[in-house]
Order: sequence, then structure tokens, then C-alpha cells
Amino acid sequence: MATISDPPERGFRLSQLIFDTRYRSMTIQVVAMILIGLLLSWLISNTIHNLEALGKDFDFGFLSQPAGYDINQQLIDYNNQMTHGRAALVGILNTLLVAVLGCALATVLGVVAGVLRLSNNWIVSRLTAVYVEGFRNVPLLLWIVLIFALMTESMPTPRDFRGEDGSSMILGESVAITNRGVYIPNVVFSRSLGGNEVAAPEPEAPAAAAATTNMAGTYGASRIATGGAGVQTGQTDSAATTGAAEGSGAEGGEVIPTSSGWDWLLILAVLIAGSIGAKVLGKRATRIQEATGKRPTTLPLQIASVLVPLIVVLVLLGASLDKPELGGFNFDGGVHLRNSLIALWLALSLYTGAFIAEIVRGGILAISKGQTEAAYALGLRPGTTMNLVILPQALRVIIPPLISQFLNLTKNSSLAIAVGYMDVRSTLGGITINQTGRELEGMLLLGLFYLVLSLLISGVMNVYNSSVKLKER
Amino acid sequence: MSDTHAQTVAYVRDTMLDQQDPPLNQTGAVKWIRENLFSGWLNILLTLLSLWVIYAALSHLLPWALRGIWDASNLSQCREIIAELYGPDKPAACWAVLAERWPQLIFGFYPKELYWRPILAFLIFLAAVAPVLFSSVPRKMLWVSALAPFVLFWLIWGGSLWGPIAAILGFVIGWAILTFAAPKIGNLISVILAIVVPVIYWLTLCGPLAGALASVVPLSLQTVPTQNMGGFMLATIIGVSGIVLSLPLGILLALGRQSDMFIINKFSVAFIEIIRGVPLIVWLFTASLLLNYFLPPGTNFDLMLRVIIMVTLFSAAYIAEVVRGGLAALPKGQYEAADALGLDYWKSMRLIILPQALKISIPGIVNTFIGLFKDTTLVVFIGLLDPIGLSNSIRATTDWNGVYWELFVFIGLCFFIFCFSMGRYSLFLEKKLRREHR
Repeated sequence: MATISDPPERGFRLSQLIFDTRYRSMTIQVVAMILIGLLLSWLISNTIHNLEALGKDFDFGFLSQPAGYDINQQLIDYNNQMTHGRAALVGILNTLLVAVLGCALATVLGVVAGVLRLSNNWIVSRLTAVYVEGFRNVPLLLWIVLIFALMTESMPTPRDFRGEDGSSMILGESVAITNRGVYIPNVVFSRSLGGNEVAAPEPEAPAAAAATTNMAGTYGASRIATGGAGVQTGQTDSAATTGAAEGSGAEGGEVIPTSSGWDWLLILAVLIAGSIGAKVLGKRATRIQEATGKRPTTLPLQIASVLVPLIVVLVLLGASLDKPELGGFNFDGGVHLRNSLIALWLALSLYTGAFIAEIVRGGILAISKGQTEAAYALGLRPGTTMNLVILPQALRVIIPPLISQFLNLTKNSSLAIAVGYMDVRSTLGGITINQTGRELEGMLLLGLFYLVLSLLISGVMNVYNSSVKLKER
Repeated sequence: MSDTHAQTVAYVRDTMLDQQDPPLNQTGAVKWIRENLFSGWLNILLTLLSLWVIYAALSHLLPWALRGIWDASNLSQCREIIAELYGPDKPAACWAVLAERWPQLIFGFYPKELYWRPILAFLIFLAAVAPVLFSSVPRKMLWVSALAPFVLFWLIWGGSLWGPIAAILGFVIGWAILTFAAPKIGNLISVILAIVVPVIYWLTLCGPLAGALASVVPLSLQTVPTQNMGGFMLATIIGVSGIVLSLPLGILLALGRQSDMFIINKFSVAFIEIIRGVPLIVWLFTASLLLNYFLPPGTNFDLMLRVIIMVTLFSAAYIAEVVRGGLAALPKGQYEAADALGLDYWKSMRLIILPQALKISIPGIVNTFIGLFKDTTLVVFIGLLDPIGLSNSIRATTDWNGVYWELFVFIGLCFFIFCFSMGRYSLFLEKKLRREHR
């Protein structure tokens, strides 16, 4: 009979939007977009109305107004006449400083603890387990407050360092741990690139020399981090001013050793060049090894290629250590690390170190024992096995969570508020907001700063991650 | 061949010697100590170093803690007692501050005569989580878990019982639509209705209904404002509500991020990345400073509620990432098998994908929860009195000005117990699920 033909083509019906899977996802997306759009426009219109009701506008002009507040730790030139934008920048640099210091120390602590926790030594592995569990299970805020209290309550006052039976400085009379902070030696240069002032011939000279470098926070790591000029700022006490004034007025006499950003930039450049040289030497050795089968000894050469230029530069600049010395009521000279910085730094590092220890342990455990055994079967020594077989594979597991711990540490540095460390949240997100009443703009900028930082770090992480990823066919 | 040997040897023993004990230094504790603690110079060094660390820590801590004074009314009195008992300058703890102030550290400024309410609430909470955490508890207890949020809210904040009951009614309406209306009007419409109708009910009818019922039969407890809550009670309330609310939200976000639909996907990615990229403190300040800008003029709601919302969103973003890891770790065959069985999206997720993905992500999820619970201490910065905030206010009184370590030790220990047991539970769950899998 009649062949059954295809069912007649029917036109598009509205119900297909819901019941036909081809169109349903489109429908859902359109509905979702409308809902999201409605929500956003509702929020924005609310904000506009609220701002109008309060008589405020949305304006970032406040960033160029004078800030009018002091910041007790600054890596770049700042005083209270400068703008809110400058204050925010100082805060950003302080945040980055504690983040970089914290990441470095946390990595060291974490790797050591992670390896020790796998040790056969029962006592050692128990002890590291106590460290890891103790820090992982107690809020970071408590550790910050606790270490801050430990620093301010239990440490000797600078006065106690006076006399014979008082407290003494450690590490060859160069580091003083007091309840006002830690004083460490500073490196100063008698032929600084930033130029040296000349001191008055006699008795003021030592005081002035000590005082010029007594700047809160102007110390090596910071200048390297900022690369800017470490201009003499901050809490220059009266001795410094008088000393400097007399110094500039006097003729001839002793040169005051000082340090500027350029010195540190030069040293950093030399260090980088030296390590590139060391890398080149290592590559050459590998090439020779691959051609001839024998690897020339390179380690002394490599060390020399880093150290020799560095020492030459240091000698040329006339580097010397400026040790802190007990002055009137406080220590003069050297670098003053505030309690807030120390507490935040130590707490962040110890806390994050506990997490990193677990990551490192997991990474090492993730490499199956067969890998070690295979390497031994090939005749590799334990050290070579670790370097060439285990670590490259373990690092692949370790690096991504490690970077996310660094991110966490950076974000956690906003807990600086607990100890009064002047980070970006305290300057831009704290005092600036309070003074100008621009909560919306301030918080927006603050959030944006952290967001950009996070995205940058995770972007770098992704690039690295894809470069070490297991290449599968 | 084999005889050769026998002929060349004069005497061959034909009985076995009795087995001898190994040398003393090869057995028992001595061997263990030699192998584990003193097997090489590095190991010896490490052992000695750790012994020194343990000695240094204990020799400072133990005398201080054990000498502690439990009975004193203020710090100077406590120090006098210490000086009398042990002589001057001897370190000793003033545990008396805990003995006197522990109700404050636990309940904040909750009215003293009403302490039974949070305690009862805590017991109900334990009963409610038991069936969720342990499968050996009878399943009927799940009804307690379902009703607990409303009862707990009523017990802690007080007010009329009709409020929570009216709120429950909304869920009942939704359930009724799903069960009774679905056969008549189709699944999809009934699902949409089951969401829309209760929301409309909560927004419009719920309040007046509760008010009307309360005016007829006032079943009410004394209201306690949020400002009076503090200490570990506050931390637990924020932590538990954050945990309970953030898990479903996080799973939804993870599904959204894995979704093929462009807009849903991009929205989830943006939400997760923005939340995760900014520290919780900034979000909390946003909640306390800025939320009023985003809401209609005149809206003003409880600070604790805002904090709970922010904490929930925050940890939901983290959980989303953890769950996404679990989803990505599943072999593609599982998704394809679900499709081949003809399951729709939600069924395949519910029955096949999520059970496996969540199992993989348990450690990560519990870690996020631990992090959330620890982060509840941050609310001190926006003016809520968490334990650390209370320790500051205790120190601010003249009686206990200068007490640091005792309070820190107590708070730290409490957090440690909470978080450590959460971590142990996650290990237990992992083990249990692995065994069932085999």
C-alpha cells in the first residue's frame, strides 16, 4: 500500500523552547541572563539612589588630596602632606613586603617540616606533627595576636640592655630583640651611588652616622622589592637632624656611610648576572657530559661566578655593617623591624608553613616507591635519585597547591589590622576611608588590588603548571 | 657429587641447634631506638635537637600551667597568691580568669538566666547532626535534622514560635506542589511553581500569618538581640550556618562552572574568582560598610546575618573549586554511561556523578569547613564579639588587665578541639567510604 513517509515537517512551536533539548539550554541561558541583568541593575539603581540620598558622588578624586596621616613603616618617601594615592601605594608596598618575606620563610619552614614529618626518626616526626596540627587547627588571628603579645610583653625593654647584668644582644652583639621591635644591622656604603654626606670632623660623627640609617623600614629587602630610591625618611630623630645639619655645614671630615636604592639595584643586578653565569657554566658542563660522558667539576666555578663579582662590588661601594647601638632611651642605627611586622611575618609564615608541610609531604608520598626502586636498579645513587627522579615528579604535585598557599598568605596579610601594621587595608581601606568617607570607592579599589594580585599570581601559576605538566601522547 | 663433601669433612652435625635469642641490642626497645633514633649522625643530631626542644618547651610550660591559680577574683590578688605560695618572680598561670569569665567566653553577653537555651540548642544540634554524620544512627532521626534549624533559631534568638512555624509552612507548600500537582500539570511547571510559590508566600503572607497566630496564642520566648551574643556561641552559630548553607551553594557553583552553557559558566567563573581573589576581611568590611548602599533605602538587617551571608558566599566559592576538582577527576566514561542510561542532567548528577565526585572531594571540603570555622574569628574587626574579641574586652577590665596567655591558651585549645575533630571525622569518612567501595 502506501509507503509511510516521514512525519510531516512541523514548524517551530513555542513549547520546543522548554521541551526540546536543542533549544532548552538557550532558553535557560536567556532566562539566567535576564535574571542576572535584573539583579545587577537593581543593585546599581539602589546604589545610585543611596548615594543621591547621602549627597555623595562616585569620584576617585580623593586619591589626589593630601592624606594628612602618618604611616609608621614606609618603603618609599612619604609624609602626611602627600596624597591618599601615595599613602595607598605605601600600604601596597607594605603588603607586598610582608607577603614576600612570609612566602620565603613559609616555604623554608614548610619544606623542612614536610620532609621531617616523613623521617624515620619517631621523635622528630611526632614533633613536626604537633607543629603542623597545632598551627593548622588554631585560627591565624590568634597566632598573630599571641606572637605580638609575646613580643611586647615578654621581651626586654631597650633599657634592660644597659649595664652588665642586663639582657644582651645576640649574634655577635648585632641583633637586639626588644619589646619595641627587633633591631638588626644595616648594610651601608661609604661610596654610595646615591652620594654620601660628609660628617663634621668630631664628636657628632658617630651619632649622625648611626642616625641617618635609622629609618623605619628602609632596609635591604624592601629596596630590592621596590627598586625605588630608599630615600631617608621616616622617624629621623633629633640626633639625626642635628647631626645631618652640622654635617652638611662642616667642611671635610669623615664620610657618612649611607645606602641608596641604586646601591641595592646594582647589587641585585650583579647577583642576577652572577647566577646567569652559573647557569651557563652548568649548561656547558651538561653539553660536555653529553658529548664525552664526563662531567667537568663546575660547583666551585659556579659559586665563584656568583660570589666574586658580589664581593668586588661590595668592596667598591665600601660596604660596612651598621650595628644598632643603645642610644638614649632606644637603639640607634641598624634597621628597626617593628613588632607589628615581626608578629605578622612570623605568624603568617608559621601558619602557612604548616599547610605547606602537608603539601610537601603529600607530594613526596604521591611518588610511588617503584620510582625510587627503578632508579636504584639503574644504578643511581640516593642523591641523584632524589634530584633527577623523585623531585621533578613531586614538584609537579607540589607546585600548584603551593602557589595557592602563597595566594592565601598574601590575602591573609590583611589581618595586619590586628597588630596595626600599615598595609594597604589599613591605609587605603582604613584611614583613607574614614577620613574621606568614600567607602564605596575605597573598598572597590582595595578589592581590585587584591583581585588583580590574585589573578596575576594564578596566571603565572597556570603558565608554570602547563610547562611542567605531564606530556601525554 | 654430593658425597664428595661428606667424605672430605670429618664430622657433620645431624641435629639442628636450638634457635638462640638474637643479641640484646638487636631486639625490642634497644633495637627500635638504635634504628629509629640513632641510626646516623644526622639522625642523632635531630633526635638530640628535638629532645632539647621538647625539654625547653615543657620546662617553661608545665610549671607555669601546673602551678596555676584557679581561685582569685582579680589579677593582682592572683599574683599575690602566687608570690605567697611559690615566692616572687616564679611563673605561674592565673587560670582564675577562666574560672571567673568562662561563661562570657562561651556565651558572650547572653542573659545569665537564659543560658539553658543555647545549651539546649547545642544538644539539639548534636542530635541533628548525628544522623547526617554517622550512618549507624537511625534514619528517622533525619526528621530532627530537618526541623532543627527552625527550633535552634527560635531557641537562640527567642521571639514567637509562630515565625519559624510559618516559615516551615513555605517548605510544606513547595513539597505539596511537587507531590500532588506534578501529575496534573507536568514536572517542569511544578518544579518552577514549587520554587516560586513559597518565595511569594515568604515575602508576603508569612509575616502577617505569624503575627496573627502569635496574637491568638502567644508561644514566645524572651527575645535576645544579636549584640548580646558572643564568644564560642557566636563562632559556632556563624560557622555552622556557613557550613550548612555553603555546601549546596558551592555544589551548584561547581556544576555551573562545569556547565556547557556559556552564560551560566562565565557567571560562575566570575563569581568564584572574584570571591576567592579578595580576602575575607575585605568582604566582611563590605558587608558592614557597603551593604546598605546596594539595598533599597531603609533596609537594615542584622549584622550577624550579613556576616553569615558573606561567610557563606566566601566558603561556597572555595567549595566550588574543591568540588570542581572532584568532578574533573571522574573519568569521562561515568558521564557517558549516565547519558547512555537515558538519565536527564539532574538525575545523572544526583545518582551517578555527584556521589563519586563528592567522595573524592571530602578532604578538601572538610578543610574548607575548618578554614571557615577558624575565619569566624575575623568578625571581631567589624564589631562582633568572637572569643578573641572577648579576650580583649576581658583584658580591658581593671580586674584582669594584663592577662594574655591564659586566655589565648583556652581559646586556642577550644578551636584546636573543634577543628582537629573535624579533620579526624574527614579521615574516618574517607576510610569508611573506601571500605564500602571495595
